[in-house]
Parts: sequence; structure tokens; C-alpha cells
Amino acid sequence: MWLFAALAAIWWVWSAGSRSVYFPPLKSILRVLWRQWVTGPARTELASSLEHLLAGYLLAAVIGIGAGALLWSLRHVREATSPYLYFLYVLPAPVLVPAAMTLFGIGFTMKVVIIAFAAVWPALLNTLDGMRGVDLVKLDTSRVLGLSRTRHVLQVVLPAAMPQIVAGLRNSLQVSIILMVVSEWVASTGGIGDYMRNAQESFDYLGLWSGIIVIAVIGTLANLLFVVLENRVLHWHYGARIVEGAR
Amino acid sequence: MTVGTDEETAQTPVVSLRHVRKVYAGGTGAPGSAGRRRVALEDITFDVARGEFVCVVGPSGAGKSTLLRCLAGLMPPTSGEALFEGEPLRSVPAGIGVVFQDYGRSLFPWLTVSRNVDLPLRVRGIPRTARADRVTEVLASVGLADAARQYPWQLSGGMQQRVAIARALAYRPDLLLMDEPFASVDAQTRFELEDLILRVRDSFEVTVVFVTHDIDEAIYLADRIVVLSRSPGVVSEIVNITLPRPRDQIATKGDEAFARYREHLLGLVMAR
Repeated sequence: MWLFAALAAIWWVWSAGSRSVYFPPLKSILRVLWRQWVTGPARTELASSLEHLLAGYLLAAVIGIGAGALLWSLRHVREATSPYLYFLYVLPAPVLVPAAMTLFGIGFTMKVVIIAFAAVWPALLNTLDGMRGVDLVKLDTSRVLGLSRTRHVLQVVLPAAMPQIVAGLRNSLQVSIILMVVSEWVASTGGIGDYMRNAQESFDYLGLWSGIIVIAVIGTLANLLFVVLENRVLHWHYGARIVEGAR
Repeated sequence: MTVGTDEETAQTPVVSLRHVRKVYAGGTGAPGSAGRRRVALEDITFDVARGEFVCVVGPSGAGKSTLLRCLAGLMPPTSGEALFEGEPLRSVPAGIGVVFQDYGRSLFPWLTVSRNVDLPLRVRGIPRTARADRVTEVLASVGLADAARQYPWQLSGGMQQRVAIARALAYRPDLLLMDEPFASVDAQTRFELEDLILRVRDSFEVTVVFVTHDIDEAIYLADRIVVLSRSPGVVSEIVNITLPRPRDQIATKGDEAFARYREHLLGLVMAR
């Protein structure tokens, strides 16, 4: 935290007398940030960006975990589809934006679809991998205790795979934020990306800088929220790891 | 329980192995292993009567763990028959409890101690209040009454293995299978756990098959010891242990008869 404060202070002091249009003083950037994003018209852009992010990410998480679990349980489907999955996985999602625009228009749906498409892979592949990698002793134990198929999946396999699933979800979150900005940038119907493209086209460098800071703040807060949830869901995992480390 | 109420039930062995043979097919994915078959068990035949404590000893690679997996119904024999209470084993029956060597991998770290023990009871559809009583009772019987709300990983190794024993006993199995359960705890704890298992075996009236590589442990615990020889695993001898019960770590192990069993078994296990 002290490092952050120091860097911000250096930026503030160093840029204070700047007359460059490309590197305006931090003070001016923050003033615009306040007037545009906190009290001004850009608030609606912020809100629609967050809607895109939330909808796209949640869709990716649900489909990713669900499809990952389904592929785990259906070996033949998994073997048949796995080359295609990796083919889609390596495809950079931004190149799909034009195609998505012809299919879904330029509105909310298109952005959510693009975010979900890009962010589904880390969740899906980590879920599949995590479920396949469950310790054999745990699988034997589950059989010995007489767990039904449903209980076996919900109470043994999924919890055991949860550390890896969560790692995938964290990755998906980062991808979601990138695609949120990219899809808005291209489609120009609102959102932070749209705001920034407008700022760029009208040489509004203060607006551009303020947008960068807003995205950085969104990313940081989203990660922070994620860590809080992660520590709740995986408290047993980290607890056990600390104990192991101490032994 | 139907123990002793029916002449026939009383005489049916809890476990019955008939010419059990287990061959692992080669080509398990490792390069060069294709087509190489490994015989783990060869013509194993013995019975375990109700209430008996049978230990299985043998050098490593003698197929002890394979034998236990066949007994548990986790793995079918290649040929021959494994019967539990007269029925061929196709999956793990509800009346068998298993304690694995590696408690750290067998216990579920996301559940507290009491929930670990509770899980098999839920599976069996036992009502909530009865479950709570059962969990309390079985945890008390392994000396863990105060650890119910902790997580397994917060406990010492010996205590974790007690949790695993409690979980296996909670649903009152007729047969308890143990696969080198005390191999990863220190000597002092091992003695305590040996005495614990003798105690709970009496109070739960459970038949026990206990795999170990430790001959002293086998003699101390067992009514009978099945000695497996070096691979391929065949039964080289079944030794009756007639040491008096209750057994005592100092008196029993200091007994002259104990030393004679030890010498005899060591000879069998070391034989090439």
C-alpha cells in the first residue's frame, strides 16, 4: 500500500507542471475523473459496462463449470470434442467480434456473448482438469462409504476439484474485463470502451486517462471481491496448506 | 444384528476367498510396459470367521494391498471368488468399512471431523438426531469427543487416523478392513492406536482384516496371521496366534511365545 501511495505521489508531483497534451497533470485527470465518472454523464457508461461484465462473467462461470463437469462425466463426448475445444480455446475472442455483431447486433447481447465466449474456457478447462485429477484415495473412499453418483460428484469430486476450479474462475474474470472493454470499443453503443474510443477520436486525452484509471479500479475491486469469496469457499484448502507448510 | 441367532449365519464366514488370482494387465500407458502382465495374487484361499481378527503380512510387493482391494469389492479378482457373507463381491457392500494408510488423502479436508464421520450415515438415510448421537458416540469411543468441530488437518497424524477409524465404524460394519493403517505414525502413537483398535473391535463386535508389514504388530493384534510370500503373492502359511487376551504392550510383547512367533514369522517373510 505504501508503494502505491509513493508511486501516486511521484506521478502527482512529476506531472504537476506538465504542459504536454499527452501526459496531463494527475490533478487534472482526477478532476475529470470526478466530474465525468462519479458525478457526471459517464456514470451511465460505467453502469452499462458493469452490467456487461457481470452478465458475461456469470454466464461464463455457469456454463464453464457445468460443461466441464458434463465433459468429465461423459468420456466419449470428451474424447470426441477435445480437439475442437482446444481449437476454440486458442482462437482470440476479439477476432470474433465482427461475426458476433452480424449475429447479435451491437447491443447488450453481443457484448455479453463475446465476454462469455472468451471467459468460458479457463473455467471449463480447469473444471475438467480438476475433476479428472481428484486423488484416487478420495475416489476409493467415496465408494467405500457408499456415496450415490450424485453425492459422489457434489460432495467429493467437486469440492476436491474446487481449488483448481477457482483458479480457472479467477482467470476467467481477467479475460472478462479485457473483453468488456474490447467489445464496447468496437460496438460503440455505450460502456467504458465506447467512452474511451470517443475520447481518443476527439483528442480528449484527459478523458482517455480517466478511463484507464476507471478500468484499473474496476479490475482491482473485482479481484478484491474475488479474493474475499475465494477465501470463504477455500478456507479449508488454505488452512490445510498452512498447516502442511508448518510441519 | 443377527449374530448367533441363526445357526447358518453364524457359520457362514464373513469373508471367504476361493482360489483368488489377480493379474494386472500390462500397457498401462507407460512406454515399454505394453503386454507385460504382472501376477499380484496367485491362488489365495482362506476364510475369516465372524469376530475374528486376521492380519495379513508379507514383504512389499507381495500383493497385500491388492488382496485388501479385492476383499473390499473395490477391484474384482481376475479369477476365483471373493465372498462377503456368502455373496460374491461386485461392489463395496454397505457392511464393510475400510481404513486406508494415508489418512491425509482419505479424509475430506473440506468437512469438519464430525461431518466426515456423519457422511456415511447420511448416505444410509439415518435420521438426523440418530446421526448426531452416533457421531458423538463413535468419536468418544476413539477418544476424540473434543475434536468434533475441528477440521482433520488441524489434528495430529494419529488423531486423523482415529477420525478415519471412527468414520469407518460409524455405520457399524460387520467387517473392518485396514490397509497398513498405522504405517505413517510414530511408534508411540502406533502402540496407542493398536490398543485402541483392539478395544473398539470388542465394543463394536466387528470382524477385522488388517494388512501390515510389521510382524510385531501382526502378532500383537491377531487371532490368525496370513503370511503372503514374495511375488507372485501366494499364501505361504497361516499361523494361529494363541496369546492370551486382553493383550498388553509390555506383557504380551515380553512373552516367550511372542518371541517364538516372531522368529517363525520372520523366517517365513524373509524366505526367498
